[in-house]
Amino acid sequence: MRELDAVDRAIIATMQGDFPICERPYAQVAATIGIAEEELLGRLERLLADKVLTRFGPMYQVERMGGAFVLAALAVPEARYEAVTAQVNALPQVAHNYRREHALNMWFVLATETPAGIAEAVARIEADTGLPVYAFPKEQEYFVEMKLEARL
Amino acid sequence: MDELDRALIVATQGGLPLVARPYATVAETLGVAEAVVMERLQRMLADGVIRRIGAVPNHYAIGWTANGMTVWDVADEQINALGEQVGALPFVTHCYRRPRALPAWPYNLFAMVHGNSRTECEAKAQEIRQLLGSACRASDILYSTRILKKTGLRLGL
Repeated sequence: MRELDAVDRAIIATMQGDFPICERPYAQVAATIGIAEEELLGRLERLLADKVLTRFGPMYQVERMGGAFVLAALAVPEARYEAVTAQVNALPQVAHNYRREHALNMWFVLATETPAGIAEAVARIEADTGLPVYAFPKEQEYFVEMKLEARL
Repeated sequence: MDELDRALIVATQGGLPLVARPYATVAETLGVAEAVVMERLQRMLADGVIRRIGAVPNHYAIGWTANGMTVWDVADEQINALGEQVGALPFVTHCYRRPRALPAWPYNLFAMVHGNSRTECEAKAQEIRQLLGSACRASDILYSTRILKKTGLRLGL
């Protein structure tokens, strides 16, 4: 894991928030951090290449477009874990996927353009893997604010 | 949403270009004016179609090495009031009510906590437990041990 310096940390903290919509948005953000526009662009490129940042851009809320997001889980036999990971990740509807320590050891988020797309993706994963999918659609959202400061 | 909104989503869902005028670059690929792209993005932000424009850090890489999904079996009559309170805790990043899947899965409240050690996550879980009190019948923490995929939404072309 690479070392982050104070400028990297400032970029990570600043860029999780509201990126401006204007002609020169990077110049505007760079000015608030106190660095040059080119330096911000160069550092962002490196942070993304080194996977310190996994992506940068608009976070689309598929539910507001008539689509659906559902958290789902599988209990995957250890011997098949890599193969099932490849099968699940192959679906473009799988937005995130995490290995977790539990009998339900694979947790992923399905994001589809229509609510019916969820059922199709679930059926496809069950057919491909032969494992039952546990679906946990959200019934109520109490809080979402995914902003964490760099602590390194 | 019209065809242009959709094309804009497809063009930007993988990320914004790292160039001085990113919206002009996107506009060029779509064959529209920069101002149109900016207006559309502004409107999607206002409508909540875009939650925010920003960077997504890899938790592990920025020092949050312990990431726990805390899950709780909370009495149905109290879950909404308690869920709001758990979501309001400063260290909880996501908090949702979800259906149980009995008998395998008795938990109906999910709250994500993060730390630089499991001990730190457990201390946070302990605060949630105290808040839930006797309304909570069972709980667990599921730590993530590997990111298998993290691409975000991908609409087809």
